Amino acid sequence: MLSVQDLSLSFGGIKALQGVSFTAAPGQITAIIGPNGAGKTSLFNVISGFYRPDAGQVVFDGQDITALRPDRRAELGLARTFQNIALFRGMSVLDNIKLGAHTRLKAGVYGALRYFGAARAEELELRADIEARVIDFLEIDHIRKAPITALPYGLQKRVELGRALAMQPRLLMLDEPVAGMNREETEDMARFILDVQEEFGTTILLVEHDMHLVMDICSHVVVLNFGQQIASGPPEKVRADPAVIEAYLGAAA
Amino acid sequence: MITGELKTSYRADEQVLNNRWKRGFVVAALAGLVAIPLFGNNYIVLIACQMGIMLIAVTGVNVVIGYTGLMSLGHAAFVAIGAYATVIFHNAAGGVIPENLLTLVAIPFAVAVSALAGIIVGLPSLRVKGLYLAVATLSANFIVIFLIEEQIFAPWTGGMVGINTPAANLLGWEMESRRELFWLIAVLAVLALLAAQNLFRTRVGRAFIAIRDRDYSAEILGISLYRYKLMSFAISAAYCGLAGALFAYFYARILPEQFDLHLSLMLVAAIIVGGMGRTMGAVYGVIVIVMVPEVIKVVFGALAGGGAELAMIRAPIQEIAFGALIVGFLLFEPFGINQIIDRALRALNRWPFARG
Repeated sequence: MLSVQDLSLSFGGIKALQGVSFTAAPGQITAIIGPNGAGKTSLFNVISGFYRPDAGQVVFDGQDITALRPDRRAELGLARTFQNIALFRGMSVLDNIKLGAHTRLKAGVYGALRYFGAARAEELELRADIEARVIDFLEIDHIRKAPITALPYGLQKRVELGRALAMQPRLLMLDEPVAGMNREETEDMARFILDVQEEFGTTILLVEHDMHLVMDICSHVVVLNFGQQIASGPPEKVRADPAVIEAYLGAAA
Repeated sequence: MITGELKTSYRADEQVLNNRWKRGFVVAALAGLVAIPLFGNNYIVLIACQMGIMLIAVTGVNVVIGYTGLMSLGHAAFVAIGAYATVIFHNAAGGVIPENLLTLVAIPFAVAVSALAGIIVGLPSLRVKGLYLAVATLSANFIVIFLIEEQIFAPWTGGMVGINTPAANLLGWEMESRRELFWLIAVLAVLALLAAQNLFRTRVGRAFIAIRDRDYSAEILGISLYRYKLMSFAISAAYCGLAGALFAYFYARILPEQFDLHLSLMLVAAIIVGGMGRTMGAVYGVIVIVMVPEVIKVVFGALAGGGAELAMIRAPIQEIAFGALIVGFLLFEPFGINQIIDRALRALNRWPFARG
């Protein structure tokens, strides 16, 4: 589904990424782990189009998308969430989720100004669709009219996932989906991620520091350290890799 | 908890006027609008016409500043372009197009020319934000006025001394009096307001708000910043162009100085006072901004009985009043009068169960 080949990125003298290559298999959950400053978020920014790599390629579904703008990548079915929640704070939960479906809607300026007719039909259809496929699915029906600012952190994270889901993405990128969450919220989020994979067959790529979550739900793990890829493989194998233990996991006490 | 709003379909839930208080408010406002030309005196009709024209322009400014979050201090330029395009079109096409169709073609022409100008003036918004964009649009205002006053264009624009304007003619209905023209202004103002409201319950308007709230997040959702920023400028300039066209029909003569920075600032002041990013904000803002000079006029008249010295300081007092309004609202009620009225309507709807 997604493969990156030999990616390199540097900011001045700092080499954020050096020759990173991996493939996210269709319908599978792939994790990117590594210590702080390893280049995980930089890698995400390259894949979603905010950074242009110095070398290497990003290939999505057989198409080279290295030079595409972020909004063009979204049209191809690439969705992501951010580490520090990037919801639209002036809007309600419902409007945020509707925005996720932007690329699926068709209304142009004239249709929008007129509203009654095609634009309204489209909006009502969208509403019914996201009620079932996002709001019910993520169990956020009690807060659909609430302003974002009134929500606790865990729910904001869930709404951001909902906004990405409204896009009906083919690849879903989650940047630290359970960072700062307690045990219970983490379990909820893990369940939703697995449900997304099972129900919609979405390919998922996630960055996460919670090793229990990563080892439990991912089928493939990529480990970065100082911009270099030091390991890649199934969780059992990566967990036992001496280089990974040295750089990140540490030895079991 | 919201009371009295039990919805059984998504369609009912998506309605803008979703409770009886809001519906009653709009019906009363429309009734008041119809009553103006029927029962109002000349002074009331004059003020109402001014408000209608300003309302269309302020709604346009709201699109770009309030909803898209792009600062503009040059929107008077689009009003000027709309006004002059209308007059020039009448003078040029007068013999070609039948008299009774002229207005029907001139207004869309003025709107289109303004929208095009909006795209050009909006180009800097792709590179700069905030204060820098404000300065860029401000200079656009000066350039447009400069071009209108320029000797080379004087045969068409009338130059610094201005130009006489034609009367509107809708399919043979010559709108000579302001009372007649009020109908045209009122219908267009209501349609303009409705269109703006519609815009912001569809994907296009939502995209504007998304750009305002967090631009990189909008981009990741597939919203092209280039496209939508320019679209926002074009729509807002089109609104101002429409206001300009009506401006030309309303006044017997237009002068370049009517469209200088002062008008731009008034448009911005109106939306700050009324409520940025709220459709009805434009309405409340315009009422205040048009009434303030009138109230000052009355107060001064009562104080001085028309003394020349007091009349001299009336204009600066007016400026101070606008400035005080902007600062006051930004400090104490950043979402403007609209927020105050919303709060009141919400309290009414919940009464007697909860307040606030």
